[in-house]
Amino acid sequence: MQYTNTPYKAKCVIDADGTPLLSDIGILKQKTLLKKLYQHMVLIRQFDQRVVALQRTGQMGTYASCLGQEAIGTGIGAALSSQDVLVPYYRDQATQLWRGVTLSQQLSYWGGNEWGNHFSGDATQDFPNCVPIATQVTHAAGVASAMKIKAEKRCALTTCGEGATSRGDFYESLNLAGSWQLPLVVVVNNNQWAISVPRSIQTGAETIAQKAVAAGIEGFQVDGNDVCSVYDAVQYAVEKAHQGKGATLIEAISYRLCDHTTADDATRYRQIEEVNAAWKREPIKRLQTYLHSIGAWDHDQEQRLQDTCKQQVEAAVAEYLSQPNQPIDDVFNYVFEDTPAHLHKQLDQAKQKQTHMAVTEGGH
Amino acid sequence: MGMQEPMDQSQLHPMEPDTKTLHVVTMVEAINMALHRAMSADPSVVVLGEDVATNGGVFRATVDLKQRFGCKRVMDTPLAETLIAGISVGMAAQNLRPVAEIQFMGFIYAAVEHMVSHAARLRNRTRGRLHCPMVLRAPYGGGIHAPEHHSESTEALFAHIPGLRVVVPSSPTRAYGLLISAIEDPDPVVFLEPKRVYRMVKQEIFDDGVGLPLDTCYTLKQGNDITLISWGAMVHETLQAAQQLEQKGYSVEVIDVATLSPMDTDTLVASVEKTGRALVIQEAARHGGIASEICATLQEQAFRHLKAPVARVTGFDIPMPYFKNEHIYMPTVDDIVAKAITVLEAI
Repeated sequence: MQYTNTPYKAKCVIDADGTPLLSDIGILKQKTLLKKLYQHMVLIRQFDQRVVALQRTGQMGTYASCLGQEAIGTGIGAALSSQDVLVPYYRDQATQLWRGVTLSQQLSYWGGNEWGNHFSGDATQDFPNCVPIATQVTHAAGVASAMKIKAEKRCALTTCGEGATSRGDFYESLNLAGSWQLPLVVVVNNNQWAISVPRSIQTGAETIAQKAVAAGIEGFQVDGNDVCSVYDAVQYAVEKAHQGKGATLIEAISYRLCDHTTADDATRYRQIEEVNAAWKREPIKRLQTYLHSIGAWDHDQEQRLQDTCKQQVEAAVAEYLSQPNQPIDDVFNYVFEDTPAHLHKQLDQAKQKQTHMAVTEGGH
Repeated sequence: MGMQEPMDQSQLHPMEPDTKTLHVVTMVEAINMALHRAMSADPSVVVLGEDVATNGGVFRATVDLKQRFGCKRVMDTPLAETLIAGISVGMAAQNLRPVAEIQFMGFIYAAVEHMVSHAARLRNRTRGRLHCPMVLRAPYGGGIHAPEHHSESTEALFAHIPGLRVVVPSSPTRAYGLLISAIEDPDPVVFLEPKRVYRMVKQEIFDDGVGLPLDTCYTLKQGNDITLISWGAMVHETLQAAQQLEQKGYSVEVIDVATLSPMDTDTLVASVEKTGRALVIQEAARHGGIASEICATLQEQAFRHLKAPVARVTGFDIPMPYFKNEHIYMPTVDDIVAKAITVLEAI
């Protein structure tokens, strides 16, 4: 499969009906991997819906769902090598899980505990979720610069929404990636909505992918709801980066089936008809249909998978809910490597305050 | 901004730390010497910024680094301050020690988001898994008849941010030692260089690679009647004022704060407990500045020792005037002496 800057045309391996469009592509021949991708997406969807439920029942902080965008994170996770570095935004639950950030760690993060960012395994060098929009793209360019300086055969992969592509950080990083030939992969989750602002007024550019052209790097679109397309595209871009052949911008076209976050109400600004139509293109059903069609999946397997995922999610939730809060020392002791004197004093004050609050609460 | 007189670089920058040769250098030469020393000592130190490589920096602070350490470690970036700070965060997370130059502090604001939202917090938000040992250098301050946006002193912006160190040298000696330490520091440092001092004085220093302690004030002169507290370029006016006050018969203590955050308040408080009187001198605008923080700390912690209200000499709360009126804005030796006398004669 050839990727070029032009023409900007969505690449799709398995279409919304589950029909394979490109028979010669490698991923379609890897049944084990296909099933793994499918299972991962199902798990993430169950997890995602459970986190929303936790938030609705007051057991979770504000949460950014990835409903409908599971293929992007899953495809990235599968295609990225363990030695690469992920610099994510905040809808990358699937990628993080693939790289070893457990569900209960992710719950800790969203549940207001910094220890949720204390990754291990493949994710040891990964950045935590980035909240200020597009700033992570510059960090990824820096990570890629470090790899280039050290002549390492690794790459940095960063993600952002299409709204982030309006920001200077995005352009400045792409520009540098072209100028310095960085081992960088930028995947844009074009889910059509930046909170309430639709893609149509986010930019006058015909595609997000074409923003690569001015930077002198390769850019193209893929169907972000087709995990096979995302996997193949990211694998291509990662391999290219590893070979020192420069950066790639991938526009993965998807749709945000959820609200922006649990603090948002998308019915205020978009039509339900549009959302209903988008559901017909969602990523999980199409792969299930395809797996059925090639005899790689059946009803019993589906039932067992749903049950297993439920158990995994509930185990993670139980672990999350039973975690004691971190000691107050931790919110002071990681500001600097050596905690300065004034923070020791303020920690003592915080401990006194904590004791006082415990007594006051106990009195009620 | 002033031409660099030719230097014999081989003599100035031997490979091994040199504890024998005294170099007589300006502050900008001392900074250059510290960068050479830090890059020789630690291969993870890299230098980046606008015009820093081939040109050696518009003030020549990075001169000959690229020739010596190569373009992989000394990088001319595109003209994008957000990017310079942002990629430094990424490099630092990968265990490099980036020393990034923002050409003038007036252009640092595009980099602020990365310093505040990322550099300052990376260690904390990952509970020590990632860290950010970067230095963001910038020439700052007025008094050299520079164009618009080239003369402000907005150090308080950074000193307000938990997780950032803000260091301001006042002399060649201090610049060399503090920069060595800033680069070795495991956390992000904003290193603000008072460019009025870049070529103001020369001092004798050894290129020994020995850093000066951060998070500590430097007492430049001991005295008993009043404590004058300042940092950066204003230390020079403050020392001149101290001399005049001494000629009038007062015993004056002068403290160079040097690290604005985290601040060594113990030294300041101990000095004022001794003298009972304090005057804080800053070039920055008055409202919400470092001087305000020092005044608040002194009244909290040394109140019972104070013989007079702590006073300030500062710039005005106006945008820095264009250079024809810059001299009206800048605190002068006379301003400091006059205000010090009111403090000394109070009550």
